[in-house]
Amino acid sequence: MERSYETYFRQNRLPHLWCPGCGNGIAMKAIVQAIEQQEGFTQDNTVIVSGIGCSSRASGYMDFDTLHTAHGRAIPFATGIKLARPELNVIVITGDGDCTAIGGNHFIHGCRRNVDLTVVLFNNNIYGMTGGQASPMTPLGKKATTAPYGSVDRPFDACKLAEAAGATYVARSTAYHVPHLVNMIKGGLANTGFSFIEALVQCPTAYGRRNKLGSPADMMKWMRDNAVMLAAWDKLPAEKRTGEKFPIGCFCNTSAEDYDTAYDKVIARAEEAVK
Amino acid sequence: MKSKLTIKMARCKGCGICVAFCPKQVLAVDALGKVQVVQGEACIACGQCELRCPDYAIFVDKVKEAQA
Repeated sequence: MERSYETYFRQNRLPHLWCPGCGNGIAMKAIVQAIEQQEGFTQDNTVIVSGIGCSSRASGYMDFDTLHTAHGRAIPFATGIKLARPELNVIVITGDGDCTAIGGNHFIHGCRRNVDLTVVLFNNNIYGMTGGQASPMTPLGKKATTAPYGSVDRPFDACKLAEAAGATYVARSTAYHVPHLVNMIKGGLANTGFSFIEALVQCPTAYGRRNKLGSPADMMKWMRDNAVMLAAWDKLPAEKRTGEKFPIGCFCNTSAEDYDTAYDKVIARAEEAVK
Repeated sequence: MKSKLTIKMARCKGCGICVAFCPKQVLAVDALGKVQVVQGEACIACGQCELRCPDYAIFVDKVKEAQA
């Protein structure tokens, strides 16, 4: 039976060009399933904006109004769309390099302004498309073409960064935990304000092979074994939070005035002053 | 057979994720690097393969015994 989410893909563009076993495809399906399940989201009122990188190819496969923009600049483009047409739902798809390196400033200022966007970061720990250079989210000691003896730079925790910068919804999930990932994205879509979801995806070609992490399935089993649900993580004593274990779940869900509302007030004040 | 497996061959890249997560060893990657059903009758229609297929190539539908 044909799946209902297939209507959200540009069928003539599939199969996608991602490598065999790449987790981006899983995360892209999670996004369209979240959109499908979320009330008020249709193909006509949803805009997908992406930057540059493996992850950002996703906009080309999704049958919405889509925008494939400059490297790191997806959030500014999305902010522009949201200010010009506040009634549209704007979703940003970005990668770890795109969002935290080239677009690092745009990212934190998007969070600070609390623009009503849903940003989904596909974190594959590496610059895949350009040949496996170390990104700001490459874990310590992992190899990359620009770090042949292991990365010495401490990686970003993008969720903590977003929360500290003022995002009102922050969550993390992985390509292994598909229904959980869909729920996390749905939470982001429901939130008015800046929503940030980090989706950990496997890169078997540029990251996994160089670091001897095995097959794509082995990389997903690593996610299964090391991701800890937030409720369990909070109860975990500090001495057991060892190795490569990391928490997944919704870290922050608060409310604050979003940028559209704040801007409308400025417009009203300006019009008042002119009279 | 309790399930109906549909494979869109043009989409399959043979990454082996469905093979690894199948609890009943229903699937295998063939010599051409595409997924293949080797033990269709063992399928319990759990949908693990469809859930994690990054290429949307495999679909599992439950089939009631009476209909089969």
